[in-house]
Amino acid sequence: MFKKFTPGSDISGHTPVKSSVQRSIRNSILSQWKIEPETLEAIWPKKEGLVLVKCRDHISVYTVKQEPLFFQHFDESFFPTLRLLHKYPHILPAVKIDRGAIRFVLSGAQIMCPGLTSKGGELPPTEAALQAGTPVGIFAEGKEHAVAVGITKMGTEDMKATNKGVGVETTTYLGDDLWALKAL
Amino acid sequence: MGRKQNRARSPSPAPEPEAAAVEGEPSVQARPPMEVLYCAVCTFPIEYCEFGSSITRCKEWLKESNSALFDELYSDEALQAKIGTLSLEAQAKLEQDTAKKEAKAEAKADAALKKKLASQITIKRIERTKRKHVTAIHGLEAFNIDLKKAAKQLASKFATGASVTKTPTGAEEIVVQGDVAEEVREMLEEGVGILKGVPADNIEITEEKRKKGGD
Repeated sequence: MFKKFTPGSDISGHTPVKSSVQRSIRNSILSQWKIEPETLEAIWPKKEGLVLVKCRDHISVYTVKQEPLFFQHFDESFFPTLRLLHKYPHILPAVKIDRGAIRFVLSGAQIMCPGLTSKGGELPPTEAALQAGTPVGIFAEGKEHAVAVGITKMGTEDMKATNKGVGVETTTYLGDDLWALKAL
Repeated sequence: MGRKQNRARSPSPAPEPEAAAVEGEPSVQARPPMEVLYCAVCTFPIEYCEFGSSITRCKEWLKESNSALFDELYSDEALQAKIGTLSLEAQAKLEQDTAKKEAKAEAKADAALKKKLASQITIKRIERTKRKHVTAIHGLEAFNIDLKKAAKQLASKFATGASVTKTPTGAEEIVVQGDVAEEVREMLEEGVGILKGVPADNIEITEEKRKKGGD
């Protein structure tokens, strides 16, 4: 999503978000992520206005004090930026890829099932299985911090069963153009 | 965004009163953010430096700034453990790739620097009506100067209009009202405000006369 992203030409405008819309965003984030209201309050204080940065291809990035915090495509789920996920790793369910896959992910590849099901990889256990279309944090074998943020393309149980094709689609990863942006 | 390069990395997300105080959190219940040490060279969390394109410089930086962490991350045992489930051939290939990537990135940086040193700035004095002129400054963007900000600075300095306009070729230039070519050159040479980093030899002043006839 952010593999090629130049702020100059891909951003079409900054607008402050209406307080009623901010409220609904806050609610949907609280329902979509595993986050306590207090933690969200610390990340995004109520007094601090949210700014919507409209980008190409219907991508909306939301910033607080110019710092990109989360983004959205159309009106699908919200994704935290990778920097936010590093600070609060518990907000998204985690999947883990093996070491061999790291360098492909770092150049923007989607996550293939074998990278998740192999020995170094990790998927949530059956009782905590994820549906297709869930935002997930992508962690890596032997590493403490997340390497990417993505959305599951099939249920985690299906991944274990078929073990083929794209399991998780990468939305933002370490070293992409969104990572390079520290302020918008 | 506040970069937390030089702060100590907390090993676990266990609640720490100091961390909470740093972020100025109003609530006691909020979970404190994790501290992540980012590499100053490649901006990645330090454990991902090995996948970046500047591992050698990253290593040097870490050794200087935090040698304890360096030893932890790059000691022999750590290197052994890291290989983990990966086969030997895959590991060798990975190392090869990293080295190749690094060389490539260096070559790219070199080329960019050369291009930067070679690029010219032209200050063009354009005649408008009779004895009125505008000054067009071309090529500033090669030196990482924000054109909009530079235009603003020039406008306030000369108390005239200054704007960023697109040239027919698609590039952007700054147009300042009035004949200020010499002053602009002086400013560039001295590096006033944000107009920094331009070698004096690369500045050229040209003149564009209005075609005679018509009026």
